[in-house]
Amino acid sequence: METSELDAIIARHKDRKGALLPMLHDVQHAFGCIDAKAERAIAEALNLSRAEVHGMVSFYHDFTPAHDPRPVVELCRAEACKARGVEALVPAAEAAAGERVNLKEVYCLGLCSMGPSARIHGKLYAGLDEAELVKLVKTA
Amino acid sequence: MSTVRISDDALAAALGAEELVAAFEQAGYTVERVSSWGMHWLEPLVEIDGMGFGPAKPEDVAAILDGTSAKAIGPIAEHPFIKSQQRLTFARAGKTRPLSLEDYQASGGWTALTRSRAMDRADVVAEVIESGLRGRGGAGFPAGIKWRTVMEAAGDEKYIVCNADEGDSGTFADRMLMEGDPFQLIEGMAIAAHAVGAGQGYIYVRSEYPHAIAKLEAAIALARQHIAPFQLEVRVGAGAYVCGEETSLLNSLEGKRGEVRAKPPLPALEGLFGKPTVVNNVLTLAAIPHIMAEGGSGLYAQLGIDRSKGTMPIQLAGNIKHGGLYETAFGISLDRLINEIGGGTASGRPVKAVQVGGPLGAYIPPSQFHLPFDYEAYTAADALIGHGGVTVFDDSADMGAMARFAFQFCAAESCGKCTPCRIGSTRGVELIDRIRTGGKVHADAVETLPQMHNARKAGRTREEELALLDDLMEAMQFGSLCALGGFTPYPVRSALKHWPEDFSSSPQTRGSLADSSDHAASGPGSSPGRRS
Repeated sequence: METSELDAIIARHKDRKGALLPMLHDVQHAFGCIDAKAERAIAEALNLSRAEVHGMVSFYHDFTPAHDPRPVVELCRAEACKARGVEALVPAAEAAAGERVNLKEVYCLGLCSMGPSARIHGKLYAGLDEAELVKLVKTA
Repeated sequence: MSTVRISDDALAAALGAEELVAAFEQAGYTVERVSSWGMHWLEPLVEIDGMGFGPAKPEDVAAILDGTSAKAIGPIAEHPFIKSQQRLTFARAGKTRPLSLEDYQASGGWTALTRSRAMDRADVVAEVIESGLRGRGGAGFPAGIKWRTVMEAAGDEKYIVCNADEGDSGTFADRMLMEGDPFQLIEGMAIAAHAVGAGQGYIYVRSEYPHAIAKLEAAIALARQHIAPFQLEVRVGAGAYVCGEETSLLNSLEGKRGEVRAKPPLPALEGLFGKPTVVNNVLTLAAIPHIMAEGGSGLYAQLGIDRSKGTMPIQLAGNIKHGGLYETAFGISLDRLINEIGGGTASGRPVKAVQVGGPLGAYIPPSQFHLPFDYEAYTAADALIGHGGVTVFDDSADMGAMARFAFQFCAAESCGKCTPCRIGSTRGVELIDRIRTGGKVHADAVETLPQMHNARKAGRTREEELALLDDLMEAMQFGSLCALGGFTPYPVRSALKHWPEDFSSSPQTRGSLADSSDHAASGPGSSPGRRS
């Protein structure tokens, strides 16, 4: 983790009201995680205890304490996508993902009228069938 | 040469709008990116001189341009799905470019803000009260009363917070509005700021909506001089469903864990950073410019039924043939919404259940489809309108599995502050598993320990487990701090009441959506949403 980049992120948000949430987003985005070192630096800058910062990291699904370099496929498995049969696609998607791809379940991408839907590297897909999903997972 | 109009909504993009735009541009046409009409089964929808073509793919471009396309749907504005709606909040949907100030102004934008700013703030609040507008986030609290409380609260620092943490499955109206008509939300917030005397506003958007975040940030930059001195900022959530609850959202904005706060104090008196705060949903604030237009509040109050005034942007989702956004006055029945307007299920199979109001809403059977869309009527039927999401399930759905999922979701998303929600949700999953496997045959290892004097030493029958589940749900419903734990019993109870066979201990009698290995190849699971 580059100290100078971390310091720049902290400096950018430090004096905003409610600075911690946007700061953590930027750290997560830049480094792929918020590790112990980042937690300490942020706590120091905002005059918080490290426990308070770690509490945020562990509470929110978007923040992770360690970097996972695998590609991520987010598959929506909430009610509306279940109603359109996403559960039937899961075994094939899991098989295609194996250990190589991080197949993550998310609850709702807001494309509920045309599920099953997924998000890969920021791009959205809707109306997926098994073949399409497997292809997306394999090429992720 | 005519202009081609294609939506830049996230759903259209997910269905291939970008590729389609590229194909039209390659054919030498200029493509104007507009908001979505809300007819999602036709996305990406192409509009040329008012005529629609959808769902269009790049290979359809030639046929669309020479007028021989089989995807033609005729004049879009005359389509029955659009024509039968009463669009106020979504009046601009499909018609304007989301980030064009010119389009916004030409369609009546900023007039309500100008009019409101010329009025005394108490008069603005009085008009909002008169309109009968209720919070569209789910609780249905009268918006004007909330504003009055904040207006009258002491303090020179006040905040307007827009709750755009639309986490309910089956809902997308907030997303569509933020992506399609962001200035309207900004104008509504600026009016609220004037009415209560706030100088700063925040829009808390869930991180799952990057398109909406980008649009809002661009729109705020463009609208800065229109809303000054009011300042507005977007804050991005971090994947916690519970942050849609207003006090948890405020904690999150302050940079804390999204734990629910006990009420009182009301956020209207002690909200963001301890200051008086208006927290309203996107749709509530976006309805304001219509209400504050000349004569708008009276018009709004004439629509709807009983105490549910105005229009509701209803979202038709799940296994439905014609899904999308349907804004209409309160009072419409589910039968009309699903069978007439929605065209039944996408899979073509019979409708089994409809979940209204997101993951915490009750499952409603077809025998109750006559219910009018109205806050009080739904409450009386042990259901809720919530944020207006309507998720349709066909007869392959396993309602026992859906009830289990309700507990599982609650366990995953509980903030952990109160015990009934934090622990009850996990116990609920276990109980449903046991009920569906015939009860607890033996007492478990902990129960049989000699020091567990009060624990039961024998197993429980299925009936005893059902009674225990009922007990658990009562504790959750009345003992939880917020709606997450408090309303999780709604989907479970309704599923148990209307589809007891799906909780039976013999899987053959249950629906098959959750254990759908037999449908994996060709069943309904793989077909809806597909198009040729």
